[in-house]
Amino acid sequence: MAGTVTRKTTVGHRASQRGTEESPVIKWLLIAVALAFSAVFLLLPLINVFAQAFAKGLAYYHDSLWHPDSWAAIRLTLLVAAISVPLNVLFGVAAAWAIAKFEFRGKSLLITVIDLPFSVSPVVAGLMFVVLFGLQGFFGSWLDAHDLRIIYAVPGIVLATVFITFPFVARELIPVMQATGTEQEQAAMTLGANGWQTFWHVTLPSIKWGLVYGIILCNARAMGEFGAVSVVSGHITGQTDTMPLRVEKLYNEYNAPAAFAVASLLALLALLTLGVKTYMEWKQAREYERSQADSEAAKP
Amino acid sequence: MSIELRNVSKEFGPVAAVNNVSFSVKDGELMALLGPSGGGKTTVLRMIAGLEMPTSGDVFIRGQRVNDVSVQKRNIGFVFQNYALFKNMNVFKNIAFGLKIKKWNRPDIQDRICELLKLFGLEGLEKRYPHQLSGGQRQRVAIARALAPKPSVLLLDEPFGAVDAKIRQELREWLVTLHHEINVTTIFVTHDQEEALEVANRIVIFSRGLLEQVGTPREVYEQPANEFVARFIGVMNVLEAEVQGGVARLGELAFPVAGAAEGQHLRIGFRPYAVQISSDLTQYRYHAVLRHTFFLGVLLRVELELPSGLVIRARMSKEEYANQGLGDGCEVSFQIRQFRVLAQEQAALAAESDLSYQPPPVLGENI
Repeated sequence: MAGTVTRKTTVGHRASQRGTEESPVIKWLLIAVALAFSAVFLLLPLINVFAQAFAKGLAYYHDSLWHPDSWAAIRLTLLVAAISVPLNVLFGVAAAWAIAKFEFRGKSLLITVIDLPFSVSPVVAGLMFVVLFGLQGFFGSWLDAHDLRIIYAVPGIVLATVFITFPFVARELIPVMQATGTEQEQAAMTLGANGWQTFWHVTLPSIKWGLVYGIILCNARAMGEFGAVSVVSGHITGQTDTMPLRVEKLYNEYNAPAAFAVASLLALLALLTLGVKTYMEWKQAREYERSQADSEAAKP
Repeated sequence: MSIELRNVSKEFGPVAAVNNVSFSVKDGELMALLGPSGGGKTTVLRMIAGLEMPTSGDVFIRGQRVNDVSVQKRNIGFVFQNYALFKNMNVFKNIAFGLKIKKWNRPDIQDRICELLKLFGLEGLEKRYPHQLSGGQRQRVAIARALAPKPSVLLLDEPFGAVDAKIRQELREWLVTLHHEINVTTIFVTHDQEEALEVANRIVIFSRGLLEQVGTPREVYEQPANEFVARFIGVMNVLEAEVQGGVARLGELAFPVAGAAEGQHLRIGFRPYAVQISSDLTQYRYHAVLRHTFFLGVLLRVELELPSGLVIRARMSKEEYANQGLGDGCEVSFQIRQFRVLAQEQAALAAESDLSYQPPPVLGENI
């Protein structure tokens, strides 16, 4: 475009000529250490998962995954994710909305409670539910009387997963909503929009990136959770084994290649999550850059 | 009577942001809510809009009590200080938002938007997004959006605050023109007294939640109700003088005040233009040294220092200044053509539990 001045970031080139930079040797040494660390502790294990999965060949890999018990585990994992992720989206949006837009007593308590699943050990979280809903638990006799099973059944797994993944969506949305402020919503109200219309037309579009990111993080954790689910599930093969539990079981049965085969699916999920996250960050950066350029160009 | 507030108060915890305010707005009027930051004017505006609820008192729009009417149903247009344009919608969709909510049909929306784009000089910009607009353009979109559903009142919160000074002047004139054309009852909040004087039909002046005066620009300038208004609007010399023998004195200056009790302390105020200066030391009764000259374009403001140390501000045209041969350090004689005894401001009155003597407004001539 003629007449516009594009500002390119030239940080890398200029910075090295400033006196505040360390010598290049130190810089490259630090980078080398970081790379080595990542390679040994992150990359190698990941590559090893796939290597081990295909150790006995493609046919074995295929059979391991199609084994009815493994297939049941995959289905259960998908089911649990399909229930817990939407639930947490609802909770997360509601909690973030309440925190970002309103002042009320107990607000800091709510923020602390939202972070609870992060600070609690997943095993402890699972134990919490056993104590509450197990046969000897607080609600145990009531549940038994109504013939409802939560612990050692699918509902228990869903509950534990919802608890563990609760903060992800909320924590992504709170800063985004706080940054947007309430003025746009107020403007919508002055124009006659009710609560739902305001949310749909104004709030939702402004949080879309945060929401998508929160969802994929929530999903990754929901599918990969081990500790809490392990405590509440009862490990009933073919019924209450999720994929992570199935991996453990196969490995304990000395069927390493099959274990790694199922694990490779989870690893693929991790890579996919990372890929989507990177793509979205790139898109967001591009949008931001473009809006900056447009604002500059629009100045009279 | 288009809008009326009766004894409206708004408290945030122990703080009264708005304290027992009553005033009315006439149909089609362009009214300014003026005052320093924190004075309560934005809170009053928001209570008219329905974005805040009064703690006590009543708000009436077109004769109907609207305290319990939600903001959506009040049929008002609100323009926020930072415009609050919908970032994810283009200009067309922004302006059309209110119409879509009110379920206008497509062709009517199209016509109305075209009409507004033309009126606001925004043609060709319909497809642009807020971040692609300049500050002035965004502001016009915000106003167009508020006016699209044909509200009965237009409320603007510091509409010219976020814009460059030069553009502000143009926008002020444009707002007056717009108001003439559209003739919607309009209320705007500002802390800029020049702006209020220039634009508004009537001004309501707030200070610390209290209403200090309601009047036309001329009224609040020439007959300020109290010291706060006198100091806030334009420039005012304010002195505290003691009454001795029917005359309020401070240093060399003497102001005749009828009916004032002996020994009373009065606040005396006079405008810079009321000070007449002459280089002829025998012409007027007071003497001073011209300490400093401020160049204001057409006019000059001068500071006069009296032998007692008092400093007063005077105003004169460039011609007068040149004709008298004045300059910094010159000795001059002067007189004060007009002065007022200033009443205490509402905020100070409210703070005092027992009221001391309130002097009647006295206009003195040629002292």
